[in-house]
Amino acid sequence: MQFMLLFSRQGKLRLQKWYVPLSDKEKKKITRELVQTVLARKPKMCSFLEWRDLKIVYKRYASLYFCCAIEDQDNELITLEIIHRYVELLDKYFGSVCELDIIFNFEKAYFILDEFLLGGEVQETSKKNVLKAIEQADLLQESQNEEWGGLSEDIL
Amino acid sequence: MPAVSKGDGMRGLAVFISDIRNCKSKEAEIKRINKELANIRSKFKGDKALDGYSKKKYVCKLLFIFLLGHDIDFGHMEAVNLLSSNKYTEKQIGYLFISVLVNSNSELIRLINNAIKNDLASRNPTFMCLALHCIANVGSREMGEAFAADIPRILVAGDSMDSVKQSAALCLLRLYKASPDLVPMGEWTARVVHLLNDQHMGVVTAAVSLITCLCKKNPDDFKTCISLAVSRLSRIVSSASTDLQDYTYYFVPAPWLSVKLLRLLQCYPPPEDAAVKGRLVECLETVLNKAQEPPKSKKVQHSNAKNAILFETISLIIHYDSEPNLLVRACNQLGQFLQHRETNLRYLALESMCTLASSEFSHEAVKTHIDTVINALKTERDVSVRQRAADLLYAMCDRSNAKQIVSEMLRYLETADYAIREEIVLKVAILAEKYAVDYSWYVDTILNLIRIAGDYVSEEVWYRVLQIVTNRDDVQGYAAKTVFEALQAPACHENMVKVGGYILGEFGNLIAGDPRSSPPVQFSLLHSKFHLCSVATRALLLSTYIKFINLFPETKATIQGVLRAGSQLRNADVELQQRAVEYLTLSSVASTDVLATVLEEMPPFPERESSILAKLKRKKGPGAGSALDDGRRDPSSNDINGGVEPTPSTVSTPSPSADLLGLRAAPPPAAPPAPSGAGNLLVDVFSDGPAAQPGLGPSAEEAFLSELEPPAPESPMALLADPAPAADPGPEDIGPPIPEADELLNKFVCKNNGVLFENQLLQIGVKSEFRQNLGRMYLFYGNKTSVQFQNFSPTVVHPGDLQTQLAVQTKRVAAQVDGGAQVQQVLNIECLRDFLTPPLLSVRFRYGGAPQSLTLKLPVTINKFFQPTEMAAQDFFQRWKQLSLPQQEAQKIFKANHPMDAEVTKAKLLGFGSALLDNVDPNPENFVGAGIIQTKALQVGCLLRLEPNAQAQMYRLTLRTSKEPVSRHLCELLAQQF
Repeated sequence: MQFMLLFSRQGKLRLQKWYVPLSDKEKKKITRELVQTVLARKPKMCSFLEWRDLKIVYKRYASLYFCCAIEDQDNELITLEIIHRYVELLDKYFGSVCELDIIFNFEKAYFILDEFLLGGEVQETSKKNVLKAIEQADLLQESQNEEWGGLSEDIL
Repeated sequence: MPAVSKGDGMRGLAVFISDIRNCKSKEAEIKRINKELANIRSKFKGDKALDGYSKKKYVCKLLFIFLLGHDIDFGHMEAVNLLSSNKYTEKQIGYLFISVLVNSNSELIRLINNAIKNDLASRNPTFMCLALHCIANVGSREMGEAFAADIPRILVAGDSMDSVKQSAALCLLRLYKASPDLVPMGEWTARVVHLLNDQHMGVVTAAVSLITCLCKKNPDDFKTCISLAVSRLSRIVSSASTDLQDYTYYFVPAPWLSVKLLRLLQCYPPPEDAAVKGRLVECLETVLNKAQEPPKSKKVQHSNAKNAILFETISLIIHYDSEPNLLVRACNQLGQFLQHRETNLRYLALESMCTLASSEFSHEAVKTHIDTVINALKTERDVSVRQRAADLLYAMCDRSNAKQIVSEMLRYLETADYAIREEIVLKVAILAEKYAVDYSWYVDTILNLIRIAGDYVSEEVWYRVLQIVTNRDDVQGYAAKTVFEALQAPACHENMVKVGGYILGEFGNLIAGDPRSSPPVQFSLLHSKFHLCSVATRALLLSTYIKFINLFPETKATIQGVLRAGSQLRNADVELQQRAVEYLTLSSVASTDVLATVLEEMPPFPERESSILAKLKRKKGPGAGSALDDGRRDPSSNDINGGVEPTPSTVSTPSPSADLLGLRAAPPPAAPPAPSGAGNLLVDVFSDGPAAQPGLGPSAEEAFLSELEPPAPESPMALLADPAPAADPGPEDIGPPIPEADELLNKFVCKNNGVLFENQLLQIGVKSEFRQNLGRMYLFYGNKTSVQFQNFSPTVVHPGDLQTQLAVQTKRVAAQVDGGAQVQQVLNIECLRDFLTPPLLSVRFRYGGAPQSLTLKLPVTINKFFQPTEMAAQDFFQRWKQLSLPQQEAQKIFKANHPMDAEVTKAKLLGFGSALLDNVDPNPENFVGAGIIQTKALQVGCLLRLEPNAQAQMYRLTLRTSKEPVSRHLCELLAQQF
């Protein structure tokens, strides 16, 4: 996989993960182009399209589009299920996930993705194993918050 | 899991994010962000040391701002500090920031690498994974250099945790993809293969990806993976849907791993070992069988996962292309999907069938689905699916169904989406040519294409029909008759006028016997279209007219009248005016014999790859032409397609029109140069035809001749006295250029005189001057020692094709150079055509008995043959626009290596050879230049623009020329200078 983008129906980018080296300018250009292309497609259309020399696989979940760019020999259907498994992981972690969870906890969305996909390849497909890794981190975080004794002074 | 534990760490962050979300306008958002940035900056700069938690929070805010699309230019140091925190979440945010916002700032990279190193050595698996994720996310060369050697060790160490192994495998994969040279192969590779046997499915899943990538470059080293992969696959395929617990996905056991294993097997031919092969075939059959079983779940996830494996299995079957039984089963399975209610499956089935169509075993089976596919082309609602159907029709086409497929595609073209029309046109044109049994059908088809979708018929297509008609005399009469009829239509497409004009000009005599298409009728029919056409077409028609004068003397008076008319002779367009004047004069002064010779029928075109096929390949990338390239299932087809014998073509004078012609090299003019004004020259130069001279010939021919090389130069330059041929020792006899040769060469790109090389023994100075496509260079060899050099012999060598691009003649120099003395060598240089590599200068001599040798790059670069060209802003932009094809432009954005001084830049650009044009760019900081590269065979017009950005200390350089390699080369040369 070359990259994964999450964006809203209004075209707002919510998460971007790049597995190939590209300049910021190029990333912005690709994002703009793809968001436009995918948003222009009608609901019943097929989930795959050719774009430049890549294959785009996308699926919409509620207000969010998940969009992956894969290479020529990569498997479209399994990519569709990569998207679905990621959604399941988010859902399990946040408890019926919605777009706001991803906006406010974007760092968590990145951490979960890194446990699931690394370097553009599936690293771990077991839901249990992925979430175990994230939960451990959360436990560490909570115990540390207690050390800091609450959050009251933390406004800006 | 309780919701309260999520993202609760940083309330300030949440407040900031909701503030941003509440912003009503972009301006408000920017204002809020700037306020935040100022706040963070002051916190970072403040006297009070920040605790880790605050640092984490601010770094996270910066990250959020960056992800919103704003630039972040600080905070990197604080993020790096977080890496060495021993609090997991601080470290984690630090790593995330680094992964997203890597900066190749070397100081930071060293610090980051240090932190990673510590974490990798920590033996804490959670920290190790964070570090590995960071390396995998960044994947830069610097990180590769630092860690590529360590990671294999972590990967195969007996005591590494499973999660660490998984991350290490994929981390290594990313580094290997980025810089394969940095990953040392070794004893570990054998142990990696055995990870396929690992008990932990996650480890296997990660390892297969790594092995698949590694084995592509070193197939023999990883061969043992075949049997391991087959047995792993076999165990998965035959397992019950619940055996694999959490690795079962919607009742499908380990779909990701299965797909990856099937991909790995596609890196190799079928297994040689009969037992392994038998086991594998069994697996493939099981997958095909399961496809027929009723689904275990109605969920789309179940069917997707199952079918992902099925499609990958079919890919493997196609890859092996050796099991007719499996191929036909695969084809039948795909046939079922062609009518599936899921659009995704129809799309994939069409796509996959395309590759099946090129296998001799399944080609016939694919053909049985022709009606379904035609129906898909007509009824699919999604254009991307229709596109796949068109691709499949193209792939399944052969002699038996060509007429049906071509006519269906023509019908589809009438309503096809604009986005894919051009491609359909190309495909129809190729199929019509490839499977034409009689060429009248071919001509009809192409004319239909022009009628239905004239705007999408590219030059390549209509050039090709002219090529074929010219080469096959059995179709010329029919072609003339058909175009004549087509031109009768009151509104016909301009491309039709072009084809018609050309064909009647060449073969109109073949239908002139019929009074309904007598010469005057032909002429008035063509001329009735003349005024509605573009300049390019009118120029072509003028050429047709002069050919008519030769073919049909009775039309001479009428045509001369047309040429003489004020609207032609004083036409504002230089090209039309020139043609009118020349053709009129030619028709008046030349005898019939001369006229007949000059305007003789075009000789057959040499056969080469169809230009339209090449175009389709360019559009679609490799593999697009697979059905056609694949001659094996229809060997006879080659005879028809390639039936035209290669014929050496005589060269006719090309037209000087810039727009009419493909922008490619063309043969040199046969006629001696006629004097022409500078303004006129410029028009010509921006096409990249040969040194432009007033032309006579029909204009369309040039593209056909485009790939002919000009004849190699035989005669040395007449201007130079006493030429001694450069003794070429041949590239194999001389050493490679010294390491600093490129750097030395760069110093001379913008100047002609100076010291080229110096060491303790020898100094080499250069003085040179260039004019047009000629140059003279003086090399001064100074002996810096007090001892005589013996057998002193400097020679010039032309590596590769340079011989045909640049002629360099040297005079011999004395074989002895006394201590402290200097000898001089004169080089005469002629640029024959554009070139990319400079010649080499090899200097050999003996010093105190020891042989010395040294190879340098001679400072002769293409820009030396620049002639500056002044022009007004309006002209500049017009030409700039004419050179708007993507391949004509080369652009580089680069950091300034020298202080950015406008005067120095100006001097360099002038030294580079182009004229500097003031008042062209609206921004006075920018530089704009223009010039012509003069070579013997052709001239290349060059436009350049350099935009300095003092604040960022960057430049952007844009070059546009009529020749792609020249644009790129000039851009590279010049970018090194600032």
